[in-house]
Amino acid sequence: MAAIKTHANPFKPSLGSRLLWLGVLVYLIYAVVTLDIGWDRFILGLEQGGRLVDRLFPPNFNRWEILLSDLIESLQIAIIASVFGIVISLFVGLMAARNLMPNIISIPVRVFIALCRTFHPVIIAILFVKAVGFGALAGILTLIVASVGFIAKLFAEAIEEISFKQVEAIRATGASFASTILFGVLPQVFSRFIGFSIYQLDSNLRNSTMVGIVGAGGLGGTLFAAFQRFDYDFVTAILLTIIALILVGEALSNLVRRIFQ
Amino acid sequence: MNSSSASISTKTGGNPKWQRFTAAERTARYMVYLVVLAAFFASLRTVEIIPEFLYDAPEQLADMFTRMWPMDFASYPTTIHGAMLDTLHIATLGTLLSLLLAIPLALLNARNIVQSLWLNWIAKFFLVSSRSVNSLIWALLFVAIFGPGVLAGVLAVALRSVGFVGKLFSEALEEVNMGTVEALKATGASPASVLLKAYWPQAKPAFYSVVLFRWDINVRESAVLGLVGAGGIGVVLNDAMNLFQWPKVAMALTAIFVVVLLIELLVVNVRKRLI
Repeated sequence: MAAIKTHANPFKPSLGSRLLWLGVLVYLIYAVVTLDIGWDRFILGLEQGGRLVDRLFPPNFNRWEILLSDLIESLQIAIIASVFGIVISLFVGLMAARNLMPNIISIPVRVFIALCRTFHPVIIAILFVKAVGFGALAGILTLIVASVGFIAKLFAEAIEEISFKQVEAIRATGASFASTILFGVLPQVFSRFIGFSIYQLDSNLRNSTMVGIVGAGGLGGTLFAAFQRFDYDFVTAILLTIIALILVGEALSNLVRRIFQ
Repeated sequence: MNSSSASISTKTGGNPKWQRFTAAERTARYMVYLVVLAAFFASLRTVEIIPEFLYDAPEQLADMFTRMWPMDFASYPTTIHGAMLDTLHIATLGTLLSLLLAIPLALLNARNIVQSLWLNWIAKFFLVSSRSVNSLIWALLFVAIFGPGVLAGVLAVALRSVGFVGKLFSEALEEVNMGTVEALKATGASPASVLLKAYWPQAKPAFYSVVLFRWDINVRESAVLGLVGAGGIGVVLNDAMNLFQWPKVAMALTAIFVVVLLIELLVVNVRKRLI
């Protein structure tokens, strides 16, 4: 019997991806050696982690008045910031769309949106805490900026993808600019706008529990203080509250999404 | 919007009137608007805000910017450069470490790979809980366990990323064309071969782009993790703010701004080549 003809391996190993993984390995060794990450420290930490878990449970809800008032403040921050953010984004998004506006308007507006997006909300919160002092107002302003950065960008992109035939048809009837926007543009993008808004409302709810870490109101401040006072059973109570808040928010936003589909 | 929801009402005497939504749909929508507005005005009335602080804000902001200028360029080589490198290391190591957990969980979560609903649910539980805790809160926990430093930052970034990467990678795996998988199974290939030669090549572009996307987010997030003591540029920022060294704060913020922009440019370009 003749030897079976061997075929070339159909799955050729790719040099590129091997080099990539080699690079990753070299980087890992370099980073672990240069940074202060020791194995013994990790092991030491695990023991400490065991003790921490001991102190985290059972959660302590004795100070539920503080918890409740902070929770309400977080909710207020998220709701007010979302409503303002959504309304502002509606206009900013329209102004940033390159198919509706001349460059002289759209380019500065796009730069503004990009600026809103670049910094993490916590850094924006630091600046606002300096500007308007500690408390909910700084949190609200922070989340408005974050909302504009997200909704306006995606809304402008959605507007740029619309079919222009309807806009032209409405323009051909001699409609004013406002009517063109209201009846030619908005009906095509409104459901997507609602989708972005719901997503942002959800994400504002998460972030409103976090901006408090730098003093901008809500649950975060109390959480950070509890950590610093080693008040770990209260930490667990706050964390459970945050998780419950996020789960309820997710369920509600799913409901609204179904209504607007 | 959904065209199937269009309805024709024949109430207006013989002349059918076209309506975009049914009455129930309209009521539901108005209810949502109503609830949102009610919540908005209730919050506005009860929230504790001192309006005088808002009128004062432009003055305070102007004051802050005059204090920030000129920036403290001299602090860049001494402290900020090293801290910025630490931040990049935290983001990169955290992303790589998260893959160790994210890939197995993604496989367990993909319904076309693991056909056990129980395992799917367990994987989903871990992915969701990783995503619903903010990375700053993860960082607080790890600082309490491992002490302040880079290690806490790396672990915080890693655990937060597991949910994100795992969810998106498992969605990519579920969208794989099953024809290839069946063809390989028919040849008697082992499960490992099916995974490596049928699923992986199809999900690979999505995987790399998800990882790159997460890395981009992680660079932004690891810049603030230092505020709670988890290493990197945030520690420098926090110290400078506590000591009211505004020129140094401005330098740190500028450094973050430039690095974030560069990383975003890099990621956008690499993703264009990948997809």
